Amino acid sequence: MASKAADPPVAPLDVRDLLLRAVASAVITFFLAIGIVGIELVSAPTGLTFDTRFIGVGTAVAFAFFGYLALGLLHARRIWPVVICAGVATAVVVAALIGIERNPALDHLLPFESTVLNWGSVLFPLGLVVRGLYLHVQARRQARGVAVAADTLARLRRSVPTWLGAFMLGAAVVLPFLPFADRRLVDICTLTLTYIMLGWGLNIVVGLAGLLDLGYVAFYAVGAYSYALLATNYELSFWVCLPLAGALAALFGILLGFPVLRLRGDYLAIVTLGFGEMIRIVLINWEWFTGGPNGINNVARPSFFGLPFERSPAEGTESFASFFGLEYSPNQRVIFLYFLILACALVTNFFTLRIRKLPLGRAWEALREDETACRALGINPRNTKLTAFAFGAMFAGFAGSFFAARQGFISPESFTFIESAVILAIVVLGGMGSQVGIVLAAIVLIGIPEFFRELMDYRMLAFGIGMVLIMIWKPGGLLAFREPTVRLHRPGR
Amino acid sequence: MAYFIQQLVNGLALGSIYGLIAIGYTMVYGIIGMINFAHGDIYMIGAFHAVILFLVLGVLGITWVPLALIIVLLVAVMLTAMYGWTVERVAYRPLRGQSRLAPLISAIGMSILLQNYVLLLQGARGKPLHGIVEGAVPLFEQGGFTVQISYMQIMIVVVTVGLMLGFTWLITRTPLGRAQRACEQDMRMAALLGVNINRTVSTTFVIGASLAAVAGLMVTLYYGIIDFYLGFVAGIKAFTAAVLGGIGSLPGAMLGGMLIGMIEAFWSAYFTIEYKDVAAFSVLVLVLIFRPTGLLGKPEVEKV
Repeated sequence: MASKAADPPVAPLDVRDLLLRAVASAVITFFLAIGIVGIELVSAPTGLTFDTRFIGVGTAVAFAFFGYLALGLLHARRIWPVVICAGVATAVVVAALIGIERNPALDHLLPFESTVLNWGSVLFPLGLVVRGLYLHVQARRQARGVAVAADTLARLRRSVPTWLGAFMLGAAVVLPFLPFADRRLVDICTLTLTYIMLGWGLNIVVGLAGLLDLGYVAFYAVGAYSYALLATNYELSFWVCLPLAGALAALFGILLGFPVLRLRGDYLAIVTLGFGEMIRIVLINWEWFTGGPNGINNVARPSFFGLPFERSPAEGTESFASFFGLEYSPNQRVIFLYFLILACALVTNFFTLRIRKLPLGRAWEALREDETACRALGINPRNTKLTAFAFGAMFAGFAGSFFAARQGFISPESFTFIESAVILAIVVLGGMGSQVGIVLAAIVLIGIPEFFRELMDYRMLAFGIGMVLIMIWKPGGLLAFREPTVRLHRPGR
Repeated sequence: MAYFIQQLVNGLALGSIYGLIAIGYTMVYGIIGMINFAHGDIYMIGAFHAVILFLVLGVLGITWVPLALIIVLLVAVMLTAMYGWTVERVAYRPLRGQSRLAPLISAIGMSILLQNYVLLLQGARGKPLHGIVEGAVPLFEQGGFTVQISYMQIMIVVVTVGLMLGFTWLITRTPLGRAQRACEQDMRMAALLGVNINRTVSTTFVIGASLAAVAGLMVTLYYGIIDFYLGFVAGIKAFTAAVLGGIGSLPGAMLGGMLIGMIEAFWSAYFTIEYKDVAAFSVLVLVLIFRPTGLLGKPEVEKV
C-alpha cells in the first residue's frame, strides 16, 4: 500500500451525512428484502400459498444499517469503535454458535435460523475487524515514516509471480506424497488442476489474442465426447484418443471461429456463447449418437502406458501394481490421474510461455492491442485469430478428454454456460494474462469451495458474492502485474 | 394459413417479452458498454415479485383483476427497479473506468448471486400461478382450425407498444433522455458539460429493470409458472435479440426481440421444438456474418 505515496486524503467524518446514508441503505434493503425474503412462496396441494419471514427482513435491514455505518466510519478512519463493536458482534455470535448445544436459550443471539448462515454472517464483522486493524497498522506505519520505499516494494511485488510459481510447482509435485494428502484432497487438487489447465487454455484466446470467448466449454465438451465416443465405440486407448480429441476440438475451434472472424468485442462474445449453448443442445437431443441427456456411461479409464489400474488384471496381462510389484491400492489411480493432469496443465503453461516469444504469439498480442494497426503491419488477422481459437480449443479438448477419463461418465449437464463463465472468471480474476494469477484464481474459485461441497446451495451463493467482491477489491485481477513480452528499453529507466 | 397466423400471433407475444428485456441490455450496453449479465435475473426477480404480490393481494381481498393487475404492476416495477439500482451501485459503479472485462465478470457473479439468492429463499420448485387473465377472442376459422388471440396476448402486445411509445418519447424528448444520449456518445465530455453521470447511469439501470419487471409480470401471467432459473434462458435470448437488432439501438432491440420470438414460434410449430434455441442462434450468426453490427446497429468506425 505504501506504493500509493499520495493516498487520497481521508474524508472528515460528517456524522449526520453518514447516518442519513446508513438510513437510506437500510430503507433500500427493506424494499429489496420485503418481497423475496419477507414472503416465502409455498406450493400447497390447494395451490400456491405463502408464509411470512419478517424476522429475516429485520435482520437484513439491521445488517445493512450497521454495515454501512461501520464501512463509513472505517472510511473516515474512525477505526476503534468499529473494530470493538464488530469484534463484540463476532464474539457473541461465535460464542452462541458454540454454546447453543448446551443452552438452547442462546438461540436469541443468533441472526439466522440456519447454522450455515450464522457462520457466514460472522464473516462480515470479522472482515470489518481485520480491515480496521489493517488500516490502523498502515496509519501507524505512515505516521512513523517506516513505509518501505515504494520502489523496493514495487520490485518485490513484481517478483511475486516468479517465486510463487516456483513454490506452487514444487508443492504440486510433492503434494500426493505428503502425509495429510488423503484421497479427497488429491481429488480436489485434480479438479482444480483441470480448471487451471482450462484457464491457461482460455488465456490463449482471451488473455493473449484478446478475443472474448463465452462458449469455451463447447470445446471442453467436444474433447470429452470425442474421447468417450472413441473409447466406447472403437475401444481406442486414452493415449490414442488424447491427441485425436485435441485435434477434433481444434477443428471445431476453426469451424466455429470462421464465421465470426469479422466480429469484434461483444458481438463475438454473444456468438461464442450461442455456439456453446448450441453444442449443448445438440448433445442433449442427438440421442443415438451422444446418449442424449443420460450421457455416456462406463468410459474406459486411462492406463499407465498400457498398464491398467486394476486389482486383478485379466489373464496374461499385467496391471500397474503387479508390474511394479506394488500392493494394489485404489489411490494409485487417483495419484496417477493427478500427475496426468498436472503434466497436461504444465504443457499448456509451457506452450503459452514459449509461444509468446514466437512470431505467432506476438501477433496475437498485437492483435489484442490493435486490430487495425495489425492489419496495416501486414499481420493476417484471419489466420491469427483462427490459430488462437484452434490452440485454445485444443487445450480444452485435452482437458475434456481427461475429464471424461477421470469421471468415467459424461453428460451434457457438465457443459453449461456457467462452466464457461467460471473459466473466464478464473482468467480475469487471476489478472488477465498472468499464468500464476490463474492458478491462484482457480484455487480460490474451485479448490477452496470444493471443501464445502456439503453446503451446496450456499456454496454457489458464496461463489457469486466472491466473484463480485474480488472484482471490486482488485479490478485488475489477483496478480495484475505482468512483464510486457517486448520492451523497447531496459526496465528501470 | 390459419395455423401460420396463429403462430404469428404467438410469436408476436413472445417477441414482445423478449423485446422488453432486450431494451434493458441494449440501454446498458449503449451507455456504459458492458453486457449486464444480471439483467435476466432481474427479470426473474420481477416475475417472483409479481407472483408474491398477487398472492398477498389475494389475502388482502383485492381480487378484482384490473385493479390487482395495476397494483401488482406498479409495486413489482418499483421493487424490481430497486434491485436494478442496487446491482449497479454495488457491483458495477466501483468498476467504472476499469478494463472491459472487470464489470463483465462482476455481472456474471451478480447473476449467480441473484439466482442462488432466490433459490435459497424461495426453493427450487416451479411456482404456478394460474387463472388471473383467461379467455381468448376467436378471430376466424379455417378448415376446422380456429385462430384465436388470448386476452393475455392482447395485453402483452398493447402494454409493450405503449411502453415503447412512452420510452421513445422519454429518450428523444426529455432532459433525461438527452443526458442519456450524451453519456452514450462521450461520458467524459457529458460530465464536463454538467451531466450527472452517476445519476444518469443509475436511471438507465432503473428503467431497464422496470421494463424487465413488466416483462416478468407478463411472462408470469402468460405461462403461469416461474422458477429461479427463468432469467438465465430468457436473458440469453433477450441479449441475442439485442445483438441481432444491433446493440445500442432501441428500435433494434425491439425488432430483434420480435424476430427471435417469431423464429422460436415458427420453428417449434413447423420443425422440432428441441432445436428452437439452435435456430435462434443460427439466425444470429447468419445475420452477423453479413451485418457484423446487427440489423440496425451503426457500423463502428475505429480510429487508431
